[in-house]
Amino acid sequence: MSNKDREVILSIKHVDISFDTGHKKKFVAVKDANFDIYKGETFALVGESGSGKTTLGRAILRINPCSAGEIIFEGKRISGKISKAEDRNVIRNIQMIFQDPAASLNERATIDYCVSEGLYNFHLYENEADRSAKVDKALNDVGLLPEHKSRYPHEFSGGQRQRVGIARAMIMDPKFIVADEPISALDVSIRAQVLNLMNKLKAERNLTYLFIAHDLSVVRFIADRIAVIHHGEIVEIADSETLFKYPIHPYTTALLSTVPMPDPIVERTRTHIVYDPSKLDQSGEEREMRELRPGHFLHCTSKEFAEYEEKIAQMEKEQG
Amino acid sequence: MQTKNVIISAKDVEVKFRVRDKYLTAIRNVSLDLYEGETFAIVGESGSGKSVFTKTFTGMLESNGRISGGSVMFHGQDLTKLKKDKEWEGIRGAKISTVFQDPMTSLDPIRTIGSQITEVIEKHQKISKSEAKKQAIDIMERVGIPNAADRFDEYPFQYSGGMRQRIVIAIALSCHPEILICDEPTTALDVTIQAQIIKLIRDLQKELGFTTLYITHDLGVVANVADRVGVMYGGQIIEYGTVEEIFFEPQHPYTWALLSALPQIGEKGKELYYITGTPPSLFNKIKGDAFAPRNEHALKIDFEEEPPFFKVSDTHYAKTWLLDPRAPKVEKPEAICNLHEKIQKMTEKGGAFHVE
Repeated sequence: MSNKDREVILSIKHVDISFDTGHKKKFVAVKDANFDIYKGETFALVGESGSGKTTLGRAILRINPCSAGEIIFEGKRISGKISKAEDRNVIRNIQMIFQDPAASLNERATIDYCVSEGLYNFHLYENEADRSAKVDKALNDVGLLPEHKSRYPHEFSGGQRQRVGIARAMIMDPKFIVADEPISALDVSIRAQVLNLMNKLKAERNLTYLFIAHDLSVVRFIADRIAVIHHGEIVEIADSETLFKYPIHPYTTALLSTVPMPDPIVERTRTHIVYDPSKLDQSGEEREMRELRPGHFLHCTSKEFAEYEEKIAQMEKEQG
Repeated sequence: MQTKNVIISAKDVEVKFRVRDKYLTAIRNVSLDLYEGETFAIVGESGSGKSVFTKTFTGMLESNGRISGGSVMFHGQDLTKLKKDKEWEGIRGAKISTVFQDPMTSLDPIRTIGSQITEVIEKHQKISKSEAKKQAIDIMERVGIPNAADRFDEYPFQYSGGMRQRIVIAIALSCHPEILICDEPTTALDVTIQAQIIKLIRDLQKELGFTTLYITHDLGVVANVADRVGVMYGGQIIEYGTVEEIFFEPQHPYTWALLSALPQIGEKGKELYYITGTPPSLFNKIKGDAFAPRNEHALKIDFEEEPPFFKVSDTHYAKTWLLDPRAPKVEKPEAICNLHEKIQKMTEKGGAFHVE
């Protein structure tokens, strides 16, 4: 399907996010991020720690202000100053799943309260029985039992706690979910459960995810499109299949090479590529997003673009 | 393993914790021989007892835990008999040291990096301050800290996560230990740094010749680091063998499950395999095979009697009734059959994880 025919749910337009450092110079965490997220897809943002991926996710939720550019959600601007009603609309429709389920749940509140907090804030229930039924349903949907309601977060295992985190996001019936490394803090066996659950809920409710991760092996499994971010700059955007088939940007290949493979024989011969930005074009020309193939964007200068063009043509020839 | 000198030997170790007037058996009769110079990886879910087991090697069990049975022989000395910190001094940090998971919590935030490294050197080797500093800078350079001399007086917060973990490794290696225990050293780090830290540990091992005991929950990492692998579940090692045997000819259904759950081998659009249920409660006595309630291949006997270790090869043993000659033949799951061919395809030209 051509991307042009698809409905854009969220659009990030030339967004910069910077932080005051106490000195004159500001720290720019995200530079000129510019992409669209289509309705019903899982869009992954991949990069190492400190690359600005979480900062960008938080900007969508209006936690971090943008210093330039704007964020459009369903045709309306949601960055910068907006009316109170608009603000509530954003909070209601964009929910977040956090990385560490132990740290993101109030340990002195019961699961019942943790899950229904959003309902209380927005009075999304008619009476106590209705609220209770909604919580039961939300817990059921994520594979927990209604009798878990009276328990406290510490009484759950890591995977169950993350399900509570998902339930409290889902109960708001959001349209868009920012999942910030939802499985990084979990054991491998539980990771699979949470990933499957997220996929299932997405299919059932036509949700859109922004999935933030550092691990390409996980992203390959869950994402439809992927943006690779390095030091606050998005360096490559492509749909998942293309990115794995034709990884072009040197940072993307470096990331790919660090994915550990479950095979001792293969691992012995694999080399880990270390990304070296000094090998890029140093002519001083401003880099911009350029479309190499339909839907496949690279952040590069015109000279690099010519090199990438050669590289992808070569790859296409080899792979048929 | 040409030499096959056993450096440390644990026999039937049992560890109990006293929790709210009840006893929890965290380790149930685990035996393990480590050979000199090898890397042995222990793999298991949280709560399987992998950390607790290795803590018996350094006497670092929490105060409510005790070793209630078995022995750990190291240079002719039974480590389970050591009680006081004074008795541990010559071993912990000097001969056996540990790299912990989270470098932010294992370093003191209000002391300089340099003082934290020299502290260990001065404690274990009787040398002058300036000599200790020289050694510290030398080890910092070895673990890959650029401008080590300049960064000697910096604080942990001035270091990145990966650099901090390098410092923790430097501290652990500062007294040239014979055994290095790495307790999930890369779990708190992201993949790019993880690859670097794993490589660093391997390079240092080649250079300094210590034995590594590597603890992790991620089988994906193990392929890269280990010579031999032990899989732990419910306080027991349930299968061990060379790294090739564990990946290509796994025998225990739990090992199958761990391998199948790796997202690397998951197919897009299909459900990723996962292990149902939760690990067993260690408060109760476990009857039969601890994994049986979560095991789709469980036999009747799995619920009744604990399986013994069955020999698969000279180096490969598994604790499952499926290996009994009377057991029905059960094939390992489709997803992990021909694993090598599959992974090879993924990393070849045109595969998802191929890199030029």
